[in-house]
Amino acid sequence: MMRAVITFAGLASVLAVAGAASGAGTRETSLAAFAVMDQVLTGPRCQNCHTLTGFPRQGDDRHPHRFNVMRGDSGHGAKGLPCSTCHGRANNPSSGVPGADEDWHLAPLSMGWEGLSPALRCAHLKDPRRNGGRSGAALIDHLQTPLVTWAWSPGADAHGVARTLPPVSHAEFMQAAKTWVATGAVCPD
Amino acid sequence: MIQLTVNGQRQDIDADPDTPLLWVLRDDLGLTGTKFGCGIAACGACTVHVNGAPVRSCSLPLSEAAGKNVTTIEGLSADRNHALQKAWIAEQVPQCGYCQSGMLMAAAALLRQIPKPSDADIDAAITNICRCGTYQRVRRAIQRAAGGGA
Repeated sequence: MMRAVITFAGLASVLAVAGAASGAGTRETSLAAFAVMDQVLTGPRCQNCHTLTGFPRQGDDRHPHRFNVMRGDSGHGAKGLPCSTCHGRANNPSSGVPGADEDWHLAPLSMGWEGLSPALRCAHLKDPRRNGGRSGAALIDHLQTPLVTWAWSPGADAHGVARTLPPVSHAEFMQAAKTWVATGAVCPD
Repeated sequence: MIQLTVNGQRQDIDADPDTPLLWVLRDDLGLTGTKFGCGIAACGACTVHVNGAPVRSCSLPLSEAAGKNVTTIEGLSADRNHALQKAWIAEQVPQCGYCQSGMLMAAAALLRQIPKPSDADIDAAITNICRCGTYQRVRRAIQRAAGGGA
């Protein structure tokens, strides 16, 4: 099914048109901002660890993580085999193992987004019962943490092939997220 | 100079901070029990403990081990009397043996977390590769060690 994709340039024009924003205009602005965010949320860099499975995924084809790697009770891997067994504090250019300056781990199952409609993904994103109790401001903060920003500096795999990036820059993503929160975090129907 | 403690002894290492810990252990410190397998953190032959947690040393830069306690297969026990080492002998686990030091270190990390692991616990935690296919004996040996030693 074709899905309308609103680019950041498109969002900018929406914002410009919105101006002081009537109620309807604010809603359109918010929806447009979420559409920009959703391009990132549905990409493999985010979804491979925001799974609804008992394991992480890998690669742009989102295959199950090799070697029977499991989610574990806390999302930090199986007992005796935490994610940090292999994932360090930075991308490893010699082994191709990704890393970030934060304990590598999966998002909780409540934050799994696989297969959800944009409406449901959006609803889950802003639901404190599912998003780790985050307010809009806390959500904005989360989007600037090392594991999230890793998506924009994912390094290369063991064969030296660069991992693909999200379709919009982190700055554009953040602007869209701030707009979405500021306009009431409206979700698509 | 980067300081770390290896098998209880403080070491001052003069090496590039990006050097994989594996090569520091093998080439600088002569601890050749830890093996190189794949070099991409996949096979587990290079498993050691860093502050008690299992780590694939081929993929850990020396800089990330700075100030930490590293345990290699040589430091698993002073007299080869660790329950896993005795169980490994009792079950005659190794065939060629190349992967076994990594297997033992991974198993030791598992037993520290789960003293009485189920087969499912073992399958989830021991992802090390053995091209001789000793997996069934590895599992039996871990269960034997969990049951009180050989």
